[in-house]
Amino acid sequence: MPIYSLDHLDQIEAEAIFILRETAAQFQNPALLFSGGKDSIVMAHLAAKAFWPAKIPFPLLHVDTGHNFSETLDYRDAFVAKLGARLVVGSVQASIDTGRVKEEKGPFASRNSLQTVTLLDTIEEQKFDACLGGGRRDEEKARAKERFFSHRDEFGQWNPKNQRPELWNLFNGKYHPGEHFRVFPLSNFTEMDVWMYIQREDIELPSLYFAHEREVFFRGGSYLAVSACVPMLETEKAEKKVVRFRTIGDITCTGAIESTASNLDEVIAEVAAARQTERGTRADDKRSETAMEDRKREGYF
Amino acid sequence: MDLLRFATAGSVDDGKSTLIGRLLYDSKSIFEDQLLAMEESSRRRGDAVVNLALLTDGLRAEREQGITIDVAYRYFATPRRKFIIADTPGHIQYTRNMVTGASTADLAIILIDARKGVIEQTKRHAFVSNLLRIRHLVLAVNKMDLVDYSEQVFQDIVGSFYEFASRLDNVADITPIPVSALNGDNIVEKSDKMPWFKGASLLYHLETVYTGGTANHVDARFPVQWIIRPLSQEHHDFRGYAGRVAGGVFKPGDAVTVMPSGFSTRIKKIHLPGGKELDEAFPPQSVVMTLEDEIDISRGDMLVKANNPPEASQDVEAMVCWFSQKPMQIRGKYIVRHTTKETKAIVQELRYQVDIETLHKKENCAALEMNDIGRISLRTASPLFYDSYRRNRLTGSFILVDPGTHETVAAGMIV
Repeated sequence: MPIYSLDHLDQIEAEAIFILRETAAQFQNPALLFSGGKDSIVMAHLAAKAFWPAKIPFPLLHVDTGHNFSETLDYRDAFVAKLGARLVVGSVQASIDTGRVKEEKGPFASRNSLQTVTLLDTIEEQKFDACLGGGRRDEEKARAKERFFSHRDEFGQWNPKNQRPELWNLFNGKYHPGEHFRVFPLSNFTEMDVWMYIQREDIELPSLYFAHEREVFFRGGSYLAVSACVPMLETEKAEKKVVRFRTIGDITCTGAIESTASNLDEVIAEVAAARQTERGTRADDKRSETAMEDRKREGYF
Repeated sequence: MDLLRFATAGSVDDGKSTLIGRLLYDSKSIFEDQLLAMEESSRRRGDAVVNLALLTDGLRAEREQGITIDVAYRYFATPRRKFIIADTPGHIQYTRNMVTGASTADLAIILIDARKGVIEQTKRHAFVSNLLRIRHLVLAVNKMDLVDYSEQVFQDIVGSFYEFASRLDNVADITPIPVSALNGDNIVEKSDKMPWFKGASLLYHLETVYTGGTANHVDARFPVQWIIRPLSQEHHDFRGYAGRVAGGVFKPGDAVTVMPSGFSTRIKKIHLPGGKELDEAFPPQSVVMTLEDEIDISRGDMLVKANNPPEASQDVEAMVCWFSQKPMQIRGKYIVRHTTKETKAIVQELRYQVDIETLHKKENCAALEMNDIGRISLRTASPLFYDSYRRNRLTGSFILVDPGTHETVAAGMIV
């Protein structure tokens, strides 16, 4: 008797592929949210596999804060070209210029929360009815309660107290005009799974994820990159360190860790031994105890 | 590595959060910053000890009320296995959330407070696990430290559970383990406080129990999810049927029949996502199949083996758990979603309701309210291709959607 069992990576891959195809089938106009971070890279890689030999039947959407690492943008353009995918960019700078949002002031200013407005505006403008996100349930306690198919009302809001139950392989993507869905194919991946999958599939990543020398300064328990978008306090001092990033978001809120891990094997060994969550370096999560839930309710990723 | 999905049901009072916290903590799946945040927030709330429930109860409303409301998914790994925990609430008013968490689990941990023994809640949890066809149960008799680690207390509880469990027809095995989640007895390591217990610790059991999964490897079922037509120079004539194998094993060359059209053909090739060719495909693989003949096939159709078709009918009998605040209407119209198919349906009859406190059948009921479980007959607008839920969880399950609100109002298991 052959043994019909699948390795855990094969199981979560098969599940993610199912979700991606289900999204294409149930929605008129989906988009894949692409930030240039490893989770969205893995998601786009899965999307390319899901629809092989056809091209991905929906565009990639990048919400650009204007405060990017240049490595992220270079990577994005090369990656999109390689997939032959269509790219849509929503610009936070444009939202600021047109007065849709007001930029935060001071040294702790971040465009993180402004992204929500740009995202929701772009969704409305492009009439997207589903946005695929790379969110994982192991990332954060509010995300642990998130559905694969997560409903958003006409204001883009998440209502965690009234989520649609999800059972078996059955996903309900029905909505009324003006509402939309966020879909999370990587829900059951852990940080370690993502790294192991990147290794198995030999997926190329932006150089930021590997150890490199960079001018940084210490703030709020982690190192922030020295850049024109992040004014330093007088008490803060720039120094050169060998660092890498565990997550990649906007330059103003993504902290680096000291690390010498310069290839995938070393990164995986480091992740396995880590005693801090990867979002431990994210200033945007530290604004309050339920910062993620609060932002998600508003329509954040 | 192997993957085990299991469900836990219970409330904070049963020590469920402590148990999960203990598994995560001792397997080093809780990180320092999470622990610090938890300590900080316990202190602010004035809790006497670090409240491990704050780790799993992530929503504002849950933290405020100190209860689990919604299913939360937790992840941990040991060198032997990866685990996904569906952490579900235990109260009767959240039965629907328990049903949700149980639907994808291979094993359930039923928590019993050693001081209280087998109570109605225990029976309800066991009943739901059995209804959802979880084949493996662990009876975790918790708070053994509060009954002096007494073997007699443990044996009495196990005895009364077995008496009740003879009615659980889907359960293959029950593994009772005496534990103290608070002190870590028999959670990761065997406890020296209970030398009379000859079994393994909870974690060791979870790492080694053979579940064989819940998939059906006998009856070949392939619900078509999406048609892949690249229309490119390179793949000009490619027409692939994408989907997830829901039962049995498919091989290139197999004779298959398309439901509902009844056309027969052979499988030309089977590809994994990305293109790699396969010699055989089985659940839960997501694949793309090409066929020898060009026939009309669309989403919601099903490829099956000619000599082993599923049931095809517009009338199905099912057990349902009602999810919506709006009670089920007899003669009410709903949208039914079954495999990749969607059609309209009318509830013809409510045959009986199960009293989930006593597990007795109540006949002549007018309606099912939220969290109620009952047996109905359903008439669908077009035929469903199904197996009984007992035979195949994926082709035997459906959800009902309210056509007005679009909410998922019920989960159904075909009898």
